Amino acid sequence: MTYPTNEPGPNPTTPAPTEPEPEKPVAPDDDRWRKALREIASGNAAVAFFSVLLAVAVGSLLIMFTDDDVRDTFSYVFAQPGDFFSASWNAVWGAYTALFRGSIYNTRVDDFQTAIRPLTETLKFAAPLIVAGLGVGLAFRAALFNIGGRGQMLMAGAAAGWVGYQFEMPWPIHVTLAILVGMAAGALWGGLVGLLKARTGAHEVIVTIMLNYVAFYLVFYALSEQNLLQAPGSGNPKSLPMKDSAVLPKLLGDRYNLHLGFLLALIAVALVWWILNRSSLGFRIRAVGENPAAARSAGIDVGRTYIVVMLISGGLVGLAGVNQVLGTVTSGIAVDLDAGIGFDAITVALLGRSRPLGILAAGLLFGAFKAGGFAMQASENIPVDIVLVVQSLIVLFIAAPPLIRAIFRLPTREAQ
Amino acid sequence: MSTSASTPVTPSPAEEEIVLPEVTVVDRKAAVMFGVLTVGLALLLILAPQEGDTSFRLKAPNDFIELPTITVPSTPTAWVLTLACALCTAAAIVLYTQKRKTPIWLVIVFALAWMTGFLTWAAAGGTVPVVGLLGGSLAVAVPLVFGALGGVLGERAGVVNIAIDGQLLFGAFAAAMIGSLAGTWAGLGASMVAGLLVASVLGLFAIRYFVDQVIVGVVLNVLVIGLTSFMFSQVLAPNAASLNSPPRFRAVPIPVLGEIPLIGPIFFRQTVIVYILYITVALVTWTLYRTKWGLRVRAVGEHPKAADTVGIKVNRTRFRTILLAGAIAGMGGAFYTLVSVPQFNREMTGGAGYIALAAVIFGKWDPIRATLAALLFGFASNLQGVLSVIGSPVPSQFMLMLPYVVTIFAVAGLVGRSRAPAADGIPYRAGGQ
Repeated sequence: MTYPTNEPGPNPTTPAPTEPEPEKPVAPDDDRWRKALREIASGNAAVAFFSVLLAVAVGSLLIMFTDDDVRDTFSYVFAQPGDFFSASWNAVWGAYTALFRGSIYNTRVDDFQTAIRPLTETLKFAAPLIVAGLGVGLAFRAALFNIGGRGQMLMAGAAAGWVGYQFEMPWPIHVTLAILVGMAAGALWGGLVGLLKARTGAHEVIVTIMLNYVAFYLVFYALSEQNLLQAPGSGNPKSLPMKDSAVLPKLLGDRYNLHLGFLLALIAVALVWWILNRSSLGFRIRAVGENPAAARSAGIDVGRTYIVVMLISGGLVGLAGVNQVLGTVTSGIAVDLDAGIGFDAITVALLGRSRPLGILAAGLLFGAFKAGGFAMQASENIPVDIVLVVQSLIVLFIAAPPLIRAIFRLPTREAQ
Repeated sequence: MSTSASTPVTPSPAEEEIVLPEVTVVDRKAAVMFGVLTVGLALLLILAPQEGDTSFRLKAPNDFIELPTITVPSTPTAWVLTLACALCTAAAIVLYTQKRKTPIWLVIVFALAWMTGFLTWAAAGGTVPVVGLLGGSLAVAVPLVFGALGGVLGERAGVVNIAIDGQLLFGAFAAAMIGSLAGTWAGLGASMVAGLLVASVLGLFAIRYFVDQVIVGVVLNVLVIGLTSFMFSQVLAPNAASLNSPPRFRAVPIPVLGEIPLIGPIFFRQTVIVYILYITVALVTWTLYRTKWGLRVRAVGEHPKAADTVGIKVNRTRFRTILLAGAIAGMGGAFYTLVSVPQFNREMTGGAGYIALAAVIFGKWDPIRATLAALLFGFASNLQGVLSVIGSPVPSQFMLMLPYVVTIFAVAGLVGRSRAPAADGIPYRAGGQ
């Protein structure tokens, strides 16, 4: 098996013959503009833009053809095509404006402070996606596929939550301790995978998938036992709520839900960038990811690198779990605390091409989709699952630049 | 893992015979695993002793030849079986010290003894419905086996198929919808088309556009979850009566085979899909190892350049193989909506495709072994349900966890470094770029 590599891969399109283009009698200024346009159209940004456009177009088609008003016009579409088009337009326009209102700026309220609230929601949803995406992306760089986000988040969330409700401590110490314990739990759960891979050669894809289930049932068990995590006197699989001293503080006051988790995510981005690009550990990680045999010949302890990478990866994904328990849902540990982030993180890492800044951007985009998707469901009655479709299509299209270039007739780099 | 090469006996000059050096690979992991498991069972018996007798019910309703129900005293029997496990462990250690391989029959004997011992302990004071336990395991395992077969085929051709889950889910969706409209057989056909569609997208991106196969697979799974959930809420749920109430396949007993005691009710009183499964396993195994087509598939998976050199169209072979694999995996999806639960629900496969993927690797990319691995998963999942009915002393969460823990142990201990087909996951570009 191979894994998503860091590079987009050699472009399969064959380079055009290096025939010098005939001189065109154009004004130098005009030529410069054309060149610049061509540069933009052939770049990665253009591919990304058109990928999003295409994914959104497919999403629109889905919304159109499942909308009740649009379907009512089907029976007389040839008699009055105008009805069909206006109904389609209403459905699609309504969906995407709702998405915008839910994720960036609510145009329907007058005061700025309420109108900007969706943007803070986007950042709140983005924080766990970014940290978990960093964890998965870091493992990708060492050619390890960490599908174990769910398990690592659950273990970390449970550990951090236990510290959060069990102990009495002053504010900064309590929350710091809870974060550290949670990350340590996630790191151990991830490191176990690295250890098994290094010692016995067990395939990390299997082990991480299996550990997801093991973690789920472990936490579920602990939450159903009175003398473990379950809230005293309760019959539900849920723990006590977090103490105030262990909750991540709100960043912008009580009006907004945005909490410290987002800052932690930004710090994590910087840290992972530094590890990957400036430290010798990062060099080892990348070397092992490119070619473990060559890395071994060069004197790198491949097994140890696997263990270290999985420890860090598990710790980062664990931070996402901590972020949920101590920041987003502080009412207590529950078995669904991961909220699917462990799997979303894989798409975030893929979209961000396993680079810290790319993951930051991808996390923000997916955070916006998440925040907007709920608004879309509430106001336009469009199932939030459409967001999954659009997200996965974006990742799919961005991964295949030749397809996008062919569809939109963009020039290739080599054709210049 | 240790390798020992017995030094070649230097032949006396008179002897013409050439003695080749013999290399044997022995592995102490089996012995270690046996030991750990045996000690674990003994600890269970010591720390949580159980009172009473355990009964094993061997007959199914409407049996022609009725087997008696076997009742044994729980604790002594469990100890006898633990002793048997210990003997197997001793045998494994002896074989290891003699640098000989652990034979597969020893593993089977150990597994049977351990499992029976565990059941005797866990079900003390109750009755184990053996037919229900094993038959139910098969039912749980059917989609896994279909998925694993699809995975094996794809990976043997050099395409990693992480999209098994998507193929199962889309197959289940199509089977429910088309099945409701046009009957069971149309539903089954639709599930194959659905699996094939997912596979064709995988092929388009992974083979035609060289996108990383793991990326495409993961993303396709998410895409199918999103698509089916969206369509479920928008189309199926509001029109459940006409679009989401497919007819079910009924169990069809096979005349003579179905009357064999114990085996008959488990294997030969099943639905048509299960019989198709038997045929598919046999066909896939036979074609992969015994036909020209199978040789080509394996060639493009192991060494595409060599295959290309002798005139095999690498990417065309890969594309066709994963389309076939997709259709097979899609059929597994039909089992959910046309046999198990006669309606579609969002994310109803519950990640079964990932378990099937684990079975592929666990089974070392071999159709038979992958099938056995999938059956093992099915057994472990079903065991919990049966034991919770009997009332077992183990908390249900731990029983539910068991299949996954066993898998980790097995992958780390018994299987070890599994070797994928050499060109697995590597796109092939003609012209050797």
